Amino acid sequence: MSFIATPQSMHFAEALRLQSGASIRDYTLAYETYGELNAARDNAVLVCHALNASHHVAGMYEGQPKSEGWWDNMIGPGKPLDTNRFFVIGINNLGSCFGSTGPMHKHPDTGEVYGADFPVVTVEDWVNAQALLLDRLGVAQLAAVMGGSLGGMQALSWTLQYPERVRHAVVVASAPNLTAENIAFNEVARRAIVTDPDFHGGHFYRHGVIPQRGLRIARMIGHITYLSDDVMNEKFGRQLREGMDLKYSTQDIEFQIESYLRYQGDKFSEYFDANTYLLITRALDYFDPARRHGGNLAQALAVARAKFLLVSFSTDWRFSPQLSREIVQALLENRRDVSYAEIDAPHGHDAFLLDDARYMGVVRSYFDSIAKELQGGQP
Amino acid sequence: MSDHATMQAIARLVPEGSRVLDLGCGDGALLDLLQRERGCSGYGIELADANVLACVRRGVNVIQLNLDEGLAMFGDNSFDVVLQIDTLQHLRNAEVMLRETARVGQSGIVAFPNFAHWPNRLSVLRGRMPVTRRLPYQWYDTPNIRVGTYKDFEVLAYKNKLRILDAFGLQDGREVRWLPNALAGTAVFRFEHD
Repeated sequence: MSFIATPQSMHFAEALRLQSGASIRDYTLAYETYGELNAARDNAVLVCHALNASHHVAGMYEGQPKSEGWWDNMIGPGKPLDTNRFFVIGINNLGSCFGSTGPMHKHPDTGEVYGADFPVVTVEDWVNAQALLLDRLGVAQLAAVMGGSLGGMQALSWTLQYPERVRHAVVVASAPNLTAENIAFNEVARRAIVTDPDFHGGHFYRHGVIPQRGLRIARMIGHITYLSDDVMNEKFGRQLREGMDLKYSTQDIEFQIESYLRYQGDKFSEYFDANTYLLITRALDYFDPARRHGGNLAQALAVARAKFLLVSFSTDWRFSPQLSREIVQALLENRRDVSYAEIDAPHGHDAFLLDDARYMGVVRSYFDSIAKELQGGQP
Repeated sequence: MSDHATMQAIARLVPEGSRVLDLGCGDGALLDLLQRERGCSGYGIELADANVLACVRRGVNVIQLNLDEGLAMFGDNSFDVVLQIDTLQHLRNAEVMLRETARVGQSGIVAFPNFAHWPNRLSVLRGRMPVTRRLPYQWYDTPNIRVGTYKDFEVLAYKNKLRILDAFGLQDGREVRWLPNALAGTAVFRFEHD
């Protein structure tokens, strides 16, 4: 039983200029906060979400059992990121489909649903929008910014875009950019959506349909890459769904893993927006702070002033430890304060959302030291 | 080795304000001491989860890494001092790591259990591998896969063209400069590369 969370939203009339050169105005950001901003206004922690999550980071909604936030095991009263001490903020990113302005909303000029015309947003754009929301909350400087996977990219980007506004960055199971293989997985998922006859070039809302087939397949592919071979074997192995015998069918669900993936795909296709999936995977593909520095990550990270904690998981092949090490190495070259834990866990990329005593312990200890630092003691 | 007097003896060898890399930093106690009392900064390298946690708890920068994979992450001469305190004896590639220590640091400090300490010699003379306070393991379960002596290290340092700046033994937290190969449980070397 977790605490009660209350979603809020904030409207921004003024245009936000995006990295692409386009801009977006009259947009709304959905967000939640937990804990209290202290008198010194220095205990705020921004938690950034990944592909399919939202501003609902922790707690549950009134009268809705099983509505725990996506990082409820990490964040809350007495949890590793303790809301008794920190003021935690979760913000739904632009282009997402959980309350912030996205492709399913109307363009303020035309009154038409954005659909495929929603501007391409980047990690940097999200961070700029988050910064505007923090301004309005009266948070000039974050005690920490934290995120896993794509959320970790936002945390890293915060330290580069607003170095003076971030004291600590906690970057979990993330990367300084995606590898070719990783972009390839995103592309397969996008093709599944775009080639669904119900996609209608991204304007499916007008036709009263949803490209659910594409979304299902996109989710199935994604899900495979979030798990490890070992954990899949342990969970499903070669188990058959019904009885012991093969059915000699090519289209029936026979193996448990098939059943599981289809279930995950079905569930996802009922709540996730197809255009959002395209936008967010694109933001993932684009993120590459070293790009403007001729591929030199150390040079790109030279502006960062924050202290860092990085965590990766040994069996995560989508955001492998090697990618976290690249960030660590670039920080070392810049002589930044950094700690790095490489957790030997079997769960693949999913591990960053699961309970692991070592992982939780490191994050808890890191936030303990931030809390001590805020009290003016030795970090 | 973690006793305070020994740690102080090692800390004295590290110039104030140094940038330090501590290979096999354990729970981070030495780095913590160097930061608080000698104004040093730097990082520890550790493999064991519990030690990584202890370092984060102390607020000591720690990088979780298997030293047997080398120090590719670190540039030449990127630290003033690289420490290998009670680490060398656990390394499969002890010689490579010694060279890496010299490459990454302007200077290196290595401390390890001296197998030629007289109680150890006595034990071997009696036909048994030593089990002491300094080497508390049985031969079949010891994590010390590199057993060497003070003198052995001199030879290894010479072979790798390291310039020894200082060398002595440590026993009960005190420096042993007379017959250290026989009279000290711990050998300490401070060196630099050519």
